[in-house]
Amino acid sequence: MNPDAVIRADMLRKEYGDVTAVDGISFEVPPGESFGLLGPNGAGKSTTMKMIGGVSRRTSGTLDIMGLDPDENGPEVRAHLGVVPQQDNLDEELRVRENLIVYGRYFGLPLSYLRPKADELLEFAQLTDKAKSRVDALSGGMKRRLTIARSLINEPKILLLDEPTTGLDPQARHILWDRLFRLKEQGVTLILTTHYMDEAEQLCDRLIVVDKGRIMAEGSPSSLIRDHSTREVLELRFGSERNATIGAELVGIGERLETLPDRVLIYADDGEAALEQVSARGLHPLTSLVRRSSLEDVFLRLTGRSLID
Amino acid sequence: MTDTTGKQIPTAAPALRAHPPAVSAARARRWGAFFYAEQVLRVMRGYSWSFIMYSIAQPAAYLFAMGVGLATLVDANGAAAFGGVSYLQFIAPALIVSAAVMTASGDFSYPIMDGFKWRRVFYGPHASPLEPQQIAAGHVLATVLKFLVQSVAYFVIVALFGGSPGGWGWMSAIVATVAGLSFGLPLMAYSSSITKDSGQFALVQRFIVVPLFLFSGTFFPLESLPLAVRWIGWISPVWHGTELGRVFTYGMEENPVLTVVHVVFLLATAASGWVLTRRQFVKRMGQ
Repeated sequence: MNPDAVIRADMLRKEYGDVTAVDGISFEVPPGESFGLLGPNGAGKSTTMKMIGGVSRRTSGTLDIMGLDPDENGPEVRAHLGVVPQQDNLDEELRVRENLIVYGRYFGLPLSYLRPKADELLEFAQLTDKAKSRVDALSGGMKRRLTIARSLINEPKILLLDEPTTGLDPQARHILWDRLFRLKEQGVTLILTTHYMDEAEQLCDRLIVVDKGRIMAEGSPSSLIRDHSTREVLELRFGSERNATIGAELVGIGERLETLPDRVLIYADDGEAALEQVSARGLHPLTSLVRRSSLEDVFLRLTGRSLID
Repeated sequence: MTDTTGKQIPTAAPALRAHPPAVSAARARRWGAFFYAEQVLRVMRGYSWSFIMYSIAQPAAYLFAMGVGLATLVDANGAAAFGGVSYLQFIAPALIVSAAVMTASGDFSYPIMDGFKWRRVFYGPHASPLEPQQIAAGHVLATVLKFLVQSVAYFVIVALFGGSPGGWGWMSAIVATVAGLSFGLPLMAYSSSITKDSGQFALVQRFIVVPLFLFSGTFFPLESLPLAVRWIGWISPVWHGTELGRVFTYGMEENPVLTVVHVVFLLATAASGWVLTRRQFVKRMGQ
């Protein structure tokens, strides 16, 4: 057990009626770490986040945030946190800057602190010129950045981000990642859920792969890839009709074979060599691609399913 | 920071520091409802112009139409039916109370659905140190303030029209506020229990608010209605509030027991509405 851990969960469970959303998960997060929960929709990531965030009571298990039990000390736990929910819930009827100030008031922060702080955060979120705009006039990426700025109004040491970049275009995602990096550099502990493997690889020091409410694997992105996949992956496309049938003819190439509806994946440490073996067998895919293994492959390996259906 | 001689070196600007989380939590536990009320009032401020128009133009229009137009006809046929007062004086308290109940029917329905479902505005503060019941209480507090401002404005206009001869007439603004809660808090409990919008609020408006407005002794004494519909008045915050208002504005003679019943009815419905609302908020937001 890590005595410094800011979050400690042990056999955490959450049931909604007959449905078990979180099925006994345990983890610890030391201060300053960037910790991810990776899994498909419905894996129990958001439910776990809600329990950590002190807004959803757990069914059983123990949970400790900064030495406090969120079910007993909800306000005290939440006072430590910044929360970026999956769905933006900004005050659309208030102006951009006022959103930050009003939110700070919930923490009992005085206006003498909030006014300059709001300006500082708008600068950080690159929204200074939008300070007086209505929220409903902002783009999706701007709203997301405003939500992040709002979550920082109380200078939290722990930031919870539930699917921070879902629904954003690539450029908006990169801006957001950059901002999150800066927070990480400032020593903020980041807890984030995502079903994007590139996001997890970019942002997480360590992550747990979650499926059906359970932890399938735990480790740094690179160690997970090392432990559960090969160095490279050869992706072959034979046309949607033939992928399944041709799979049988590829047996023996690489360490492992995965047949998906749209492509065949061959796991091998040397992708090019594997491709040569494919050609040697007289098979000619429509397209072929050699790439490095990713967390997507880890997930596929562990669950037999893709992250994004 | 000090220099070698121990003298304080002035720093450029004091560093911006939030108070510690424990202070946030303690303040939220104590004042959380007011913090949320502040948010609701800030949102309302965006509608202040239409609120002012509504609070002044509507009373003026009603009083002119009913109190001046209709009253000329009614009063010409003898004031005995209205306990010896002018028709304007008879309907004025009813209009003040009805206005508060109408406002309640709006402010305790759609915004609650908005908070839980449409734009999910309750879930933002819920992630802060605020508790669900404080969010509910904050909404109520801000709305009470709105009722008060609106009712006082209405009363002032009534008084200008000569609709409140007694010295206690201003109490009708308080009564209207309580009547607004008597109707509004049970409605808020209902609104917070709805998970799927299928036009319930339009039904409430049509089949509850309008009948309450029409059959609560608003435009004529409840006794002139057949018994078959008189019960609507008995269970109506509008009737209880209106009768109480009449006691204050023109000293309507009433059995004191009945006066107590009005007060108890209004407070009891408001209180039970609050208990249900609070329970529903805690349940729904704690899942």
